[in-house]
Order: sequence, then C-alpha cells, then structure tokens
Amino acid sequence: MNFLEFDAQDRAIVNRLQNGLPLVLHPYAAVAEELGVSEEELLARLTRLRDSGVLSRFGPMYHAERMGGGLTLAALAVPEADYERVVEILNNVPEVAHNYRREHTLNMWFVLATESSERIPQVVTDIEVATGLPVFNMPKEREFYVRVHLSV
Amino acid sequence: MSEFICPSDINKTGATSLDERDRAIVLATQEGLPLVADPWAAVGEQVGMSGNEVLSRMQTMLERGVIRRIAAVPNHYRLGYVANGMTVWDVADAEVERLGREVATIEGVSHCYQRPRHRPYWPYNLFAMLHGRTREDVERQAQVLRDCLGDACHDHRILYSTRILKKTGLRLTGKDAQTVSTENDARG
Repeated sequence: MNFLEFDAQDRAIVNRLQNGLPLVLHPYAAVAEELGVSEEELLARLTRLRDSGVLSRFGPMYHAERMGGGLTLAALAVPEADYERVVEILNNVPEVAHNYRREHTLNMWFVLATESSERIPQVVTDIEVATGLPVFNMPKEREFYVRVHLSV
Repeated sequence: MSEFICPSDINKTGATSLDERDRAIVLATQEGLPLVADPWAAVGEQVGMSGNEVLSRMQTMLERGVIRRIAAVPNHYRLGYVANGMTVWDVADAEVERLGREVATIEGVSHCYQRPRHRPYWPYNLFAMLHGRTREDVERQAQVLRDCLGDACHDHRILYSTRILKKTGLRLTGKDAQTVSTENDARG
C-alpha cells in the first residue's frame, strides 16, 4: 500500500488524526462520528494504516522535558568505511530515539531521549567512547514550533 | 490545526516528575495506543488500573503538557514526502529569537529550534524542518525562509535525509533495563 493506493476515507482519517484523538470515554467513536464512518470501520482502517506502515505509530506523543527527561539532537561525522559499524553502535543504544543519515560531512544525526536530563552527558560520552568520534551535541535553546502535519 | 506548542523557556521550568502510576501508563503506551473501542480500559488492564483512572491521568498529563497530543504519525516516505530537508541557518544572535518566531509560522515548517553553533565547523544556530514530495518543493520552501530571514542570515544549508537508520520515538526504560543498557554501552 502506498500513498496513491489509499482512498479518500483513509486520507480523511490520516489528516484528522494527526491533530489528535480526543480524550473522551470512547474516542474512536467520537472521531468516527465527525468523519461520518462507523467506529468499526475507523478502527479497521486505522489498524490497516498502522500495520502497513503508512503510519509510523499511533499514540501519545510524550514531551520528554515535561517528564523531567532529557532530549537532544546530536551529530557525528562518520568516515564512510566506518558507517555501518557506527550505525550498529548507535542503534543499540536505547536512548537513541531517532537516527538519520544526512547529506553533509556531519552525516549521522540522532535524537537522544533520556529519563533524566542529567543522563544526557553520560550517554554522549558513552557514544564518543564506543565510536571513537566526537559528538556534536546541539540541545535546543529555544523551541519555536513543533507540529508535524502532512496533508494527504 | 491551531495547536501551538509553547516556547522552550517554559519547558525548562515546567518539568514535572511522574508518579509511579503515570509512569506505568507511559510505559504501556509509548509503543502506541490500542486500536479498540475502549483504549483506556485496554491500557488499564495492562497496568492494573480502571479505564477511568487511565483516562483521567492521561487528561492531566495532556493539560500539564507531558503529553503533546495523542495522534497518528504518518510515515513521510509512505505518504510520498520523500524529500525531507533539515534547513539550517546562520542567523545574527540579536535577531534569532524574533526571526525564529516568524519562520515558525511559515507553511511547511514542522519543527523550528534555536540550537548552539559549533564554530568554526558548524556556524548554524536556527533549524527548520521542511518536507516535500520533491527536492524542488523543499528548495522553494527554503527560499521563502531565506527571504524572511533577510540580511540577518549569513549562510544556510539544506541537509536531506537519505536513510532512516532508527525511528522508535521516546522510550522509557525500566530501572533494570537501564542498567542493562549501560552495560551494553560499555561493551559497545
């Protein structure tokens, strides 16, 4: 299933649910009513969208800092010959939440999410030791906007 | 659509620790919310609480900003947004706060942050994520940002992502798991 294959109803569901599920007793029934489908139909379509990978996930977006946790964006300049080795090291670190290859000398960009903010420097040091590469740590200083919404 | 997340200066003072019952809910839902008619009861069964308690605790976490929202996260690539550009800008320090707020209102920007420079290697202090179906789309959007930043911007780059190496989102680990992970790090 790719984006061309899902129908208008799927698109309406994805667009609507990027904005958030209401916190009410029967949330899917409430959204189904808004969209003019049955609750069973909404749940079936959502399950299919999630299981086929059109949705990366469906659920609560937790705000790490509000929970007392730490969050940072960091980058590495990894020599090409070493790239897969370093991918394996980083991906085995549970605190690495996202990791992307990007086109730049700094070619590996990852997000660290830790349960306590104090743990970030320790994880950064562990990664430097394990990879032998300096970590460019770029914690946010100000947040202007976070709202991913991709119209489909 | 009108959701606006507050600036980070509030975040720093707004940190709240979770009690054990909230934490159990986070652990049970960080992989996702069950797709059943009464998801709160389904989560409650996993953590030994009533559905009402789960709902009420999640409402409180939403009000406190611990939960940003409960939502669908589309896979950009699967939706045809195959050009994902992290645009980075070297903006005069005196102007970055004002301009960051302006850039954040431009359509297509999904995340916008001020971050530290690492001079001389990395001069960029303003980051904005752009998503397009083609690189030309992203470049058109980036030009709108460039025009908005004007003379205060000295340099910029677009770093396209070319491979997702890992994407799990936030993970709390149990205390035991954290010990194990530290050992793994040391072995790594």
